[in-house]
Amino acid sequence: MRSKYAWPDGRGYFGEFGGSFVPETLMAPLDELRKAYTQVMKHRAFKRRLGDLMSSYTGRPTPLYFAERLTEHLGGARIYLKREDLLHTGAHKINNALGQALLAHFMGKERIIAETGAGQHGVATATAAALLGLRCTIYMGTEDMRRQRLNVDRMKLLGAEVVGVDAGSQTLKDAINEALRDWVTNVRTTHYVLGSVLGPDPYPRMVRDFHRVIGDEARVQIKKQTGSASPDLAVACVGGGSNSIGLFTAFLADSRVRLIGVEAGGAGPALGRHAARFEGGRLGVLHGTRTMVLQDQDGQIATTHSVSAGLDYPAIGPEHVLLHELGRVEYYSVNDAEAVAAFHLLAKTEGILPALESSHALAEVVKRAPNMGKKMVILVNLSGRGDKDVESVLAYDAEHAGEAERQAELLIHPAARKWAGPIDEEDSQ
Amino acid sequence: MTAIEEVFARCRAEKRAAFIPFIMAGDPGLEATPRLMEALVAGGADIIELGVPFSDPMADGPVNQAAANRALAAGTHLGDILRMVARHRDRLDVPIVLFTYYNPIHAIGLDRFAEQAAASGLDGVLCVDLPPEEAEGEYLGALRERGLDTIFLLAPTSTKDRVRIVDGASTGFVYYVSRTGVTGEQAKLPSALKKAVKRLRKKLSQPLVVGFGVSTRTQVREIGKVADGVVVGSALVRLIEEYGGADDLPQRLEALVRELTGRPAGARAEG
Repeated sequence: MRSKYAWPDGRGYFGEFGGSFVPETLMAPLDELRKAYTQVMKHRAFKRRLGDLMSSYTGRPTPLYFAERLTEHLGGARIYLKREDLLHTGAHKINNALGQALLAHFMGKERIIAETGAGQHGVATATAAALLGLRCTIYMGTEDMRRQRLNVDRMKLLGAEVVGVDAGSQTLKDAINEALRDWVTNVRTTHYVLGSVLGPDPYPRMVRDFHRVIGDEARVQIKKQTGSASPDLAVACVGGGSNSIGLFTAFLADSRVRLIGVEAGGAGPALGRHAARFEGGRLGVLHGTRTMVLQDQDGQIATTHSVSAGLDYPAIGPEHVLLHELGRVEYYSVNDAEAVAAFHLLAKTEGILPALESSHALAEVVKRAPNMGKKMVILVNLSGRGDKDVESVLAYDAEHAGEAERQAELLIHPAARKWAGPIDEEDSQ
Repeated sequence: MTAIEEVFARCRAEKRAAFIPFIMAGDPGLEATPRLMEALVAGGADIIELGVPFSDPMADGPVNQAAANRALAAGTHLGDILRMVARHRDRLDVPIVLFTYYNPIHAIGLDRFAEQAAASGLDGVLCVDLPPEEAEGEYLGALRERGLDTIFLLAPTSTKDRVRIVDGASTGFVYYVSRTGVTGEQAKLPSALKKAVKRLRKKLSQPLVVGFGVSTRTQVREIGKVADGVVVGSALVRLIEEYGGADDLPQRLEALVRELTGRPAGARAEG
């Protein structure tokens, strides 16, 4: 793995996944973007500027935090949180938004646009636009605007125009469609700041590169703070897959580290009720890339459901499909109830409100930590903070009184280590 | 000579541009589509561009998006569209080109799709989100092997290199997108359009057809002076949206196509 893994290839493919499936209007602009990106990555002044902003403006490096009470509560492996939630704007998304906005600035574009699901990428892009004096339009599904209202207001206060998208399931997928239509129309003046490791080349690799700092930092921090050379397990949630790629990239060549990506199991296994692409998806082409897609027999894209707006998307970044195929990263899903329970658990044991997206990664940890030895180390990417999700969690609890009770029981009797979700026996180490 | 090549040869001889109307298959329902295609032919269509509805049409404006939604709500599947074409092919005396996104084809599988498409009597396929670079090899092979023309797009942003690549991958014709943007009507054509088309046409080995945003008789005539063919879509789709439930929809559609082609009522297209 160490020497062989060098993806994507020259055509933007990760194995058989990826590529550039876009209308002709975008082909030349994508070429231009590839060239500009290659150029800036060699450009000292660009890298220095981005590095300076990352340390003095967004707050890197983010801490690695030993979650001692959560560890005690679960009674197994030691759990370390990579605190991307402490970044300016409240999530990892700013790593990429700032990088791409600087790139747009460098390319002489006067306007940037973006899609957003949970609103974190929209807020990050609006922030970068304000910082660099660029005009900014954010596309967001109306269902997501309803459930992430706080972020809509934040984007507006930052000076961005927020356009609600009423088509389809009124979520992330529909926002991307609309952002692509805007880009096709205004491509000469506008850069599209795509917010995940999705879309046509060069986006999957560019977004990965801007986020790989997460894992690079964590790798050094783990060594320094735990005494172990590497974590035994690294876990991150996977919507499009940007925070997870950002965490995993630094560990791909280290076979001692087990890597787990967590998809949104939503409200059940039926098509339309979840966003678990590896469980219900098939290979397809959506939004410019060949990847795993939730779709019907006829190739129509399925609607999805997750309590977390940021994971509520029918396709997954193409590099994840290769990592899955290679067996280097394992993918599991966590349902709405488990994610909300993990949200409460972290709030009560550590005083941290995690984003509902990150709560999916935590829920996976809750299942696994008790079955792992006390000397083992779990690294979890806490990709964002949960302020934006307060309303969603309260609404979820009000609707699912039973779940809340089970959660309460879990907290009152920690020694019993009861957990609502199934524990896969084979997976215990 | 393929059926599409014959159309352009005939139009050249008649010193006019080919008229290529677009409608969405299955809008308002798949049972209505054959009669609507007949109406297009009766009104003077030289080639029919038949849309395949897709849930996420990123290159389409609101009018065609709504048409795709109506077609999907009516339960339209690509397989059914191909069977419908097969059943009615004999009565439609013009080439039919499928205008689609790639995923519905990908879902059927390239070989199976190409086989069914060729068997149905379709003449060509234009896949909006499949540029020549991604079509090379499997897609081009599967379609050409079965005699289907492969049509690709050019856009105002296309560079010289890309013009060469697109021309090389296309058979039948090349489809030039009149503006950077999505499908839909526009009051005024871009001022540089005619010049761009003239310049482009000299560089291509294939006939050049212009579409996106063409919706009036004047626009059809103006573009017809410089291009080998003109596509009108959204204006027709809007009529179908408005009169979808009316019994006289085919007559209305035929009348609109007549108006756009400038053919007098009663006169069947020459040849």
